[in-house]
Amino acid sequence: MIPLSWYLIFAAALFCIGLYGALARRNSVAIIMGIELMLNAVNINLVAFWRYITPGFLAGQVFAIIVFAVAASEAAVGLALIISIYRKRSTVVAEEIDMLKW
Amino acid sequence: MRPEILSWLIPLPPILSFFLIVLFAHRSNRLSHTIAVGAMLISWALAMSVFILALSVERLGEHPLASSIAWLPTAGTALHIGVLIDPLGAVTLFFVAWTCLAIFVYSVGYHNFGSPRDNEDVPGLPPRAGGIEPMYARFFAFISLFAFGMLTLVVSDNLLTLFIGWEIMGLCSYLLIGFWYAKESARKAMVKAFMTTRVGDVFMLLGLAYLYSVTGTLSYRAIFSAPVLERLAASPSVVAGLSIAGLIGLLLFLGTVGKSAQWPLHVWLPDAMEGPTPVSAMIHAATMVSAGVYLILRFFPLITAGWYEGQALTPTMWVIAAIGAFTALFAATIAVTQNDIKRVLAYSTISQLGYMVAAVGIGAFVAAAFHLITHAFFKALLFLGSGSVIHGVEHGAHATHEHIDANDMRNMGGLRRKMPITFWAFVAGGLALSGFPLVTAGFWSKDEILGHAYETGQVWVFGALVLAALLTALYTGRQITLTFLGGPRSSAAEHARESVPTMTIPLVILAVFAVGAGWLGIADDFPVLGGVLPNWFHAFVGGTLLEEPAATHFNAVPVLASVLAALGGLFLGWLVYRRVRAEQADPLVGPLGPVYTLLQRKYYFDELYSFAFVRPAYWFAETFTSRWLDRVVIDGILHGIGRFALRVGSFLRNVIDLPIINGSGDMVGEGVKRGGRGLRWIQTGRVQFYLVVGLLFAGLVLSYTLAIRP
Amino acid sequence: MTVLQLIFLLTAAATLASGMMVVASPNLVHAALWLIIALAGVTVLFVLLEAGFLAVVQVAVYIGAIAILIIFAVMLTRRIAADSQSQVTRSWWLAALASLLLFGGLLAMLTQIPTLTAGAPVLPGNPGDIVRDLGQSLVSLDQYVLPFETASVLLLAALIGAIVIALPPKAAGAEGGES
Repeated sequence: MIPLSWYLIFAAALFCIGLYGALARRNSVAIIMGIELMLNAVNINLVAFWRYITPGFLAGQVFAIIVFAVAASEAAVGLALIISIYRKRSTVVAEEIDMLKW
Repeated sequence: MRPEILSWLIPLPPILSFFLIVLFAHRSNRLSHTIAVGAMLISWALAMSVFILALSVERLGEHPLASSIAWLPTAGTALHIGVLIDPLGAVTLFFVAWTCLAIFVYSVGYHNFGSPRDNEDVPGLPPRAGGIEPMYARFFAFISLFAFGMLTLVVSDNLLTLFIGWEIMGLCSYLLIGFWYAKESARKAMVKAFMTTRVGDVFMLLGLAYLYSVTGTLSYRAIFSAPVLERLAASPSVVAGLSIAGLIGLLLFLGTVGKSAQWPLHVWLPDAMEGPTPVSAMIHAATMVSAGVYLILRFFPLITAGWYEGQALTPTMWVIAAIGAFTALFAATIAVTQNDIKRVLAYSTISQLGYMVAAVGIGAFVAAAFHLITHAFFKALLFLGSGSVIHGVEHGAHATHEHIDANDMRNMGGLRRKMPITFWAFVAGGLALSGFPLVTAGFWSKDEILGHAYETGQVWVFGALVLAALLTALYTGRQITLTFLGGPRSSAAEHARESVPTMTIPLVILAVFAVGAGWLGIADDFPVLGGVLPNWFHAFVGGTLLEEPAATHFNAVPVLASVLAALGGLFLGWLVYRRVRAEQADPLVGPLGPVYTLLQRKYYFDELYSFAFVRPAYWFAETFTSRWLDRVVIDGILHGIGRFALRVGSFLRNVIDLPIINGSGDMVGEGVKRGGRGLRWIQTGRVQFYLVVGLLFAGLVLSYTLAIRP
Repeated sequence: MTVLQLIFLLTAAATLASGMMVVASPNLVHAALWLIIALAGVTVLFVLLEAGFLAVVQVAVYIGAIAILIIFAVMLTRRIAADSQSQVTRSWWLAALASLLLFGGLLAMLTQIPTLTAGAPVLPGNPGDIVRDLGQSLVSLDQYVLPFETASVLLLAALIGAIVIALPPKAAGAEGGES
């Protein structure tokens, strides 16, 4: 039997890895990948809590489904943005996209 | 209509005429003189009516025609002004009205009305060649104002309105002496006249104020009541030796010294001859200078308070008599040497006023009043005659293109044939002035003064006045001889012609008075003639005083002395001067030598006053006040204040305004800029940086809420 | 150590390892592939949690759509010398620090809660009923139809938005006018 804490720790670790990826990578697509990792960690969290705390109450799974939808749309729009920026600026390096700099 | 109401109206027409001419009529010469002469005629008619009504009042002195109104309310009481026609006022009104009217009519002709305006004549200078005076209307405006002043003075019943009239006449004298203001001599003379009389007026005002403070009133009837006079005579004043009455009398007399040109304030009257001749006649012979004598006659009760006939003179009276007698002699000596026809008459006026003043000083009230009236007539006559002569000679000078001084008697001569009416009128006046016995008014009035002086034992006064009478006759004979007799000494005199009727008719009228006015005052005990005509004058005018003065008894000595003086002087004058040729020196220069120069230079009094008073005054004004006080001290203070203010201002600016106020304002902006510059490094534009910062802060807040403050 | 626990540990390790490779790999295509493996690991965990439907959705959506999309994006935005440059920012240490701190904090918090060490409770009903109930809950009016519909609208908006943003510049006006 797997304690809940294992799942949570795992989800936390995955989240932090994804965070590092989102904060430290130069390429914008790599940042998106980090974000996807984070979202997955969240999903794990949600489902784990559903299974262990309220198994008869389906809200946990529904929540996870909504998260799927959001993640998908966000990835789609984000990548579309990156492609648009790439067309204009010929770069995908997040550091070089600083037009809002002072 | 009651005579009091008429008296109120007497001064009114001339002042209305003044305003009408000044505001509306000054463009038309005819309208101006019509208004002026018409107004004077109305005043004359009113004055004559009042005079006649006054004559019919029994004991006018005790029941004068009087009316007063409360003019100036002051606390509980009010200052009253009004009119008073007592005997003195009535006879003064008579001669003022007649002489002023005559002179107004004379002025029309004198200023060449009827001649066309000469285009080369400049306003401010007399007409060169007989054209009409450019400032014709202005002249009539001024003499109307003057007439108002004199009439106000005569009819008033209190010292305040007297003083008002006095000052108005002073102003008009100033304006009229300097009528031809483009001449520098006229400008100097007008200022000199005003300043000199001002000296007298200051003392008069002091006397007025002192009188008011002691009695609380300025009204004659209140002051000249027996209790008030006794109190004033008995109380000692601030000056040792003088009673209050004496001091006030002396102060008021100083006003007369100025106004009637007595020594030492006599210097302005000869220079006042710069004005046109009607001005000289009216202001400086008949009326304004007479106002000074009128004042001391009016205040005779105050001057003689505490004195009774037969007593020794009070100090005030002694001063008045001394100054009067001295002036009479002093001026007569100067008159003998003057060559300007008007200047002789000016000094003659000073001398005759001295007679009147001396008469008041020795207590001869009626005699002084008598001489005042007769003198007004014959002196006005003489001045108008001299004006006619000057006009005639000027006409001759213009006709022959000769440039000579038309006033100088040395350029005249033989005018008897050319100007007969003027000649006979002038002779009438001259004889009256000399005191030609019996037939002239001057004899009777002068004789009365001399008689009174002799009778009261004032030997020095008597002697001085007799000597002055001799000299008067001498210079009058000299004047008549030089001007009218003999042959003409210049071609101008040869081509002179008689003046127009508007000038000669007033001469004739005044000549009638000059001859006949004296017969109303013949003493009752005069040999042969006494009693034929009653001494109406003495009875009438004497009634002004509370106690009717005693009539002078006939005494042979003064009468003989005056007759000898008059006839002798006239004869001598004719004798010495009948053969004087043109360019010849005055026959008196040789015998008199340096004395002649002294007399001709008027005892150097003008030079003395210039040295002692005028130049120090100028120094004071120009150097002390203007340069030192004004520019150095006052301007220095102001500039100092300015510099100090400037320094304070720049201190405030540089120390407070710029650094603190501007600085704090700038600092706000600068601070915001620096703050922004300092903080903007956060705005990197890099998303990941923002995320990290956000994460850090979120972590901080989270740990705070969870760990430190749950 | 039961079988399930072992499976869990192995899967977790693999997922974490491939996650680290995702964020560390300089080559983006490799990173995308590592991402696919990580997502697969998550799928297994879903199965372990008896959320079978979600496992399938994970595979279909994440791996089948999102990961492919990411690969497409990587391909479309390649630069010639992209891989030779550094793949991390200058302040990557700060990010690492932050992540470590966060992990540490979470770990500390989690180990202090005792109920988390308990085992999984019994699942009520049949496993097959879960999917049926889930499906019904998504469309029944008194349950979760609103979030479901909202999410579908969101997807629609994202779809249109993505198309509009990613269009080539000339065609953007026409497409925008049409829609």
